[in-house]
Amino acid sequence: MYSAIYSGALCGVSAYLVSVEVDIARGLPGFSMVGSLGSEVRESRERVMVALKNVGIELPPCHITVNLSPADVRKEGTAFDLPIAVGVLEAMGVLPSGAAAGMLFLGELGLDGELKKARGVLPIVRAAGAGGVRQCIVPGANAKEGAVIPDAAVRGADNICEVIAFLKAGGGEAADALLPAEKVDVGELFQRKDGVDSPDFRDVNGQTEARRAAEIAAAGFHNLLMTGPPGAGKSMIAGRIPGILPDLTLEESLEVTAVVSVAGLMKEGDALVTQRPFKSPHHTVSQAALLGGSAYPRPGIISLAHRGVLFLDELPEFQRTVLDALRQPIEEHRVNISRVSGNVTYPSDFMLVCAMNPCPCGYYPDRNRCRCTESQIRRYMGKISGPILDRVDLCVELQPVGIASLKTGAGAEGSADIRGRVMRARERQKLRFEGSGYRFNGDIEASCIDRYCGLGREEQGCMEQLYHSLRLSARAYHRILKVARTIADLDGKDRIDTEHLLEAASYRPSTEYWE
Amino acid sequence: MDQMKHYKAGDAEYPQRLKNISGRPRNLYVLGRLPEENRLSVAIIGARDCSEYGKYVARELGTVLGGSGIAVISGMARGIDGISQEAALNAGGSSFGVLGCGVDVCYPKENRQLYERLKLSGGILSEYPPGSPALACHFPPRNRIVSGLADVVVVIEARVKSGTLITVDMALEQGREVYVVPGRVTDRLSDGCNRLIKQGAGILLSPEEFLRELLEGEIGRVAARNLSGRREAGKAPVREQRRDKAEAERGELAAVLGVLDFTPQTPEQIRAGLPGEYQDMKIVTCLMRLCMDGRALQVSPGRFCRAGG
Repeated sequence: MYSAIYSGALCGVSAYLVSVEVDIARGLPGFSMVGSLGSEVRESRERVMVALKNVGIELPPCHITVNLSPADVRKEGTAFDLPIAVGVLEAMGVLPSGAAAGMLFLGELGLDGELKKARGVLPIVRAAGAGGVRQCIVPGANAKEGAVIPDAAVRGADNICEVIAFLKAGGGEAADALLPAEKVDVGELFQRKDGVDSPDFRDVNGQTEARRAAEIAAAGFHNLLMTGPPGAGKSMIAGRIPGILPDLTLEESLEVTAVVSVAGLMKEGDALVTQRPFKSPHHTVSQAALLGGSAYPRPGIISLAHRGVLFLDELPEFQRTVLDALRQPIEEHRVNISRVSGNVTYPSDFMLVCAMNPCPCGYYPDRNRCRCTESQIRRYMGKISGPILDRVDLCVELQPVGIASLKTGAGAEGSADIRGRVMRARERQKLRFEGSGYRFNGDIEASCIDRYCGLGREEQGCMEQLYHSLRLSARAYHRILKVARTIADLDGKDRIDTEHLLEAASYRPSTEYWE
Repeated sequence: MDQMKHYKAGDAEYPQRLKNISGRPRNLYVLGRLPEENRLSVAIIGARDCSEYGKYVARELGTVLGGSGIAVISGMARGIDGISQEAALNAGGSSFGVLGCGVDVCYPKENRQLYERLKLSGGILSEYPPGSPALACHFPPRNRIVSGLADVVVVIEARVKSGTLITVDMALEQGREVYVVPGRVTDRLSDGCNRLIKQGAGILLSPEEFLRELLEGEIGRVAARNLSGRREAGKAPVREQRRDKAEAERGELAAVLGVLDFTPQTPEQIRAGLPGEYQDMKIVTCLMRLCMDGRALQVSPGRFCRAGG
């Protein structure tokens, strides 16, 4: 007898439907599985056989064949256990024929029949909805995550027995009561996070310049580089940047959740990631960990920082090859990973925040404390590749914290006020970029600079003078314009003034400082 | 291939100035030429990791001396040495570099350009045979040649423990006059200089004044007559001009420019130095305006100083 059950598999952050076909025929008793399977998928045979035995269902002494179609795509993961078990049960006749029609199954089986959480439930449920599947049965731990998609009813089960009972009930209210569809109020999810304690800018004393630079960077989603002596508060400021970024929109939240879900890092019972991610890899991180991919590609840290902040502390200590590999993802907002097993693309639209000491001892240019030689400083700076520095829009230097500003702890502006200004600047950008595909000023490409960052005659003259006196490169010139656009937005102005240009120019990153 | 010359201690062309110093070099290898005997020469020495202030003074002094036809002797090192020599060459003067390696070895490598220019408008000297590597033990002995070739030694910036002070000791031993550029007592880079002043060294208050004293024979052994024609050709005092310009400037820019000096400061420090009525203005914008005019310099992302030269 034959049955076909829907399940799903991941490709990057999207998913496609997989049909699990089971046939039970006379012959030598056996259980064979085909369809380009990874080793963990093949092990599914043992899990399914034992789990069914332990819930009291004996497999018939027949030859069972399982095929996962499309059969030419490599499949991995353990989430095919449940659909295979359901397929076997239907083919055996334990379940009425057609009981599982129009349903998608997902989940790993324990030997006692327990359903364990799966990776990538959100994208798979979305693919199911798009493919016309109206019901999805997923592990209870992932039910909320799937329920965010309105196209399909998502039911969470904790044991295969619950699934069998539900399918036997044959639909209708009785069945619904056995395994109710999960419901998630998205609006409520977004509100609930307001109560969460995140680090606040109120804790940062002094550092007027750095606070201002962080605000500009957040408002325009610009990449930021902070230099300064040890203990000045570079990491502290970086950690507070997600708190002043505009809130995630539902669309962005779904993107972030999809990546986290594919990486298998969703917390049990969570429906959506509603906070901007903040990722701070250690400087010994490998290229594969940062960009993603192993033998079977998984999202790397830069993809987990999608729509959030990637913070690289001690920038010159990172391996140069690792930093250089960041160029393409920064430019294209996505990362393409090629392995023997295929190509996948993960999103990586993050805000790059870097921190570094200005020299090996950390005190340059304070010549009273810094004893590094010019060549030591140059060698230290040389570790940062020019191309990465080229992709940083703002550079700011932090000053050593004086005892006076430590004492007067109160009075610093809190994150909420800063975010208010950032949100207003964000609104202006939204209007400006309507229908253009850009989201922030930081995204503007060189070809569109003139359209969005037009200057008056006086400002043009100022820029020309800056270009010559600061010996700017073409790229640096464009960066100043982009940052000036954001400063004008924060100021609530439609036109970029000379003031804005000059302030933007003071944040320009330059290798010249260290030469 | 450049023509390298080799002089022995007994040769007639061997520099007179070196003949009488203790431990005079037996051999002298030269690319380019030797300093002229009847022309004033000044050694400018100082820290390699110098401050903006040191760079500024080195440049000004090199320019003034170079423009007056006075030879600038130094070690072609990073920092003060190289900057003053380069300024002298830029002003059309001559300069001589004494190396701690073979004359055919350019050390430090980043001074390649200066090295090539010195060969044309001055000379590269060394007591070490061609091809000798730049060893740490070579440098203190070469300092005696630097001071020995000069009539006057000027120290721009020096820490208390530094190679520069070794050169000063040798200069005093050789009977050379030592002039020192004073610095702030809080700057470690000026500690050595200030200490020398306490010990009675001459004080260099401005390159122009120094030049006048030098030419009028108040210091040095060689009479100024060789140079009388050149005095007019010297650069007009740069600093005076700039001060006038600053005074003519009004309002915020002038106030900020008044606070700026050659020690890099943060915008907050500059704000603290401003009079009350300017406390609320946008310092960074003003500073960038000054940078744009070439009157200030952004030395690091958060520090500004006056533009030197």
